[in-house]
Amino acid sequence: MSNAPVDHGRRRFLTIATSVVGGVGAVGAAVPFIASWNPSEKAKQAGAPVTANIGKLEPGQLIRVEWRGKPVWVVNRTPDMLKSLAAVESQLRDPNSDEEQQPAYAKNQHRSKKPEVFVAVGICTHLGCSPTYKMADFDAHVEGIASGFFCPCHGSTYDMAGRVFSGVPAPKNLMIPPYMFTDDTTLVIGVDEGTA
Amino acid sequence: MFKNFMNWIEYRMPFMEKMNLHVMQYPAPKNFNFWYFFGSLAMLVLVNQILTGIWLTMNFEPSAERAFASVEYIMRDVDYGWLLRYMHSTGASAFFVVVYLHMFRGMMYGSYQKPRELLWIFGMLIFLVLMAEAFMGYLLPWGQMSFWGAQVIISIFGVIPGIGDDLTLWIRGDYVISGVTLNRFFALHVIALPLVLVILVFLHIIALHEVGSNNPDGIDVKVPNEGQKFENNVSEKFTFHEYFTKGGKKIIVDAIPFHPYYTVKDIVGVVGFLIIFCAVIFFAPEGGGFFLEPPNFEPANPMKTPAHIAPVWYFTPFYAILRAIPDQLWGAVAMFAAIILLALLPWLDRCKVRSVRYRSTLHKLNLANFVISFSVLGVLGVLPATPTYTLFAQIASFAYFAFFGLLWWYSKNEKTKPLPVRLS
Repeated sequence: MSNAPVDHGRRRFLTIATSVVGGVGAVGAAVPFIASWNPSEKAKQAGAPVTANIGKLEPGQLIRVEWRGKPVWVVNRTPDMLKSLAAVESQLRDPNSDEEQQPAYAKNQHRSKKPEVFVAVGICTHLGCSPTYKMADFDAHVEGIASGFFCPCHGSTYDMAGRVFSGVPAPKNLMIPPYMFTDDTTLVIGVDEGTA
Repeated sequence: MFKNFMNWIEYRMPFMEKMNLHVMQYPAPKNFNFWYFFGSLAMLVLVNQILTGIWLTMNFEPSAERAFASVEYIMRDVDYGWLLRYMHSTGASAFFVVVYLHMFRGMMYGSYQKPRELLWIFGMLIFLVLMAEAFMGYLLPWGQMSFWGAQVIISIFGVIPGIGDDLTLWIRGDYVISGVTLNRFFALHVIALPLVLVILVFLHIIALHEVGSNNPDGIDVKVPNEGQKFENNVSEKFTFHEYFTKGGKKIIVDAIPFHPYYTVKDIVGVVGFLIIFCAVIFFAPEGGGFFLEPPNFEPANPMKTPAHIAPVWYFTPFYAILRAIPDQLWGAVAMFAAIILLALLPWLDRCKVRSVRYRSTLHKLNLANFVISFSVLGVLGVLPATPTYTLFAQIASFAYFAFFGLLWWYSKNEKTKPLPVRLS
């Protein structure tokens, strides 16, 4: 033991330096614990965006694409179908899509980026059944309207933009997932320009 | 022989010293009424939850494929599994019953006021952890309400601007609630949160014993020793730990030792509680659909939403506030504010008189307003959100928040009754 006087400046510097280094170490050690809560590679694979080729979609045709375990519909709507969207508005619960059931770019009458291409999650917003596409015989459910979606479970009806009719059990319009077109015939579901 | 053994221990660890300090020679005001049962009952339920919880983990399998089936296995095939499971699920509801009554006791008698602010804060932290614990536990049976209730609650975090979506993804660990979520909730429910809970309860009691228990009159039982005399002071008959008399600087008035007087009294409370608790377990373990909701007897199905999603009853007052406000973000803010305001009571209440017994009529009415609005919100939270009910919920939410605003306003210059010198 030497009898040199205590160097308070040195002691304070060492205390602070030790604390800072220790603090950085603690933050660094927290990284794996926090990061391990992120979706695993396996979950990411299962939830990755899916690509669909829509080049061969006939007018009026519907294809189903699976994304995150849910059926996603892609419909090539005919001009008649698009015309019907204006005709049904008075009978809809949420004609202007005020409920947040779609990305901002699908908050319009046709609820899509391209008017003719309709993309929606094919799950009824009531109890999660998958509605049936009625391409030409929808007027059995809504008079004077040729095409739409009809849920066989509890009779909910949606128009050709997935907007729910009033007076049916389903509370909301069909969910529109984020999507984008990488070229004229390639549709990517699950990602859009905003998130890509 | 035994005395030698105890001395041997005492020399190495102050066991009897601490027992005296916290139990045998701890001065508790002599006028505790039945409202003072609920602290010890909360401890009893905590022990019940830990014990039955450990036994349930012996047969529960935390995976999306096996969770629901393993709970049914416990219910049907494990000897007394049904009892352990119902003790645990009913215990969760009982926990909230006693904790809500315990908190209301504190509000009535001003037990959050100086110098018990930190004690109150620890209590509020316990309440928060308890809510997290109950929420995560409800996911584990992997029934329909487990799944969709969790879906709704986790979505609440999604309203936080900017980071909301990433945060919910991080909490779930998947794009939807999945076995990944179930597994991490299981880990938190059985290890992390119970540990935190036990530590907080320990701190709650240490803080309580430092400042001493409040009482229905809200006056102090430890007064500075100025040589004054107290007639018929029951405390003179007992020995209290010198820690509380501060070497004669304080006189203890109208207090009795916690043991045996309140341990015996609490046993009466325990017996009364157990009669009701057992009656529920044996005759109505689902609590009429309020403790275990009917959709939860169906396995979780991500493709099928139940017609009506309602949280378990103890969350419904806050859930009703969330739904009452049409905007998602502000609804969530209001819901959290409803809890945070409770934690801020020590500073919102500026009155120096603690107990409702000696406070103004306005305060009594305001406290009644709190009870009514909280109860009405609780009822509305289980009902579907029709326009009429939403309007009621908005009125009740307003009344709930008005309690805190009014309290802050009138408590500054409140007309109170004169305080008694001694406990009544």
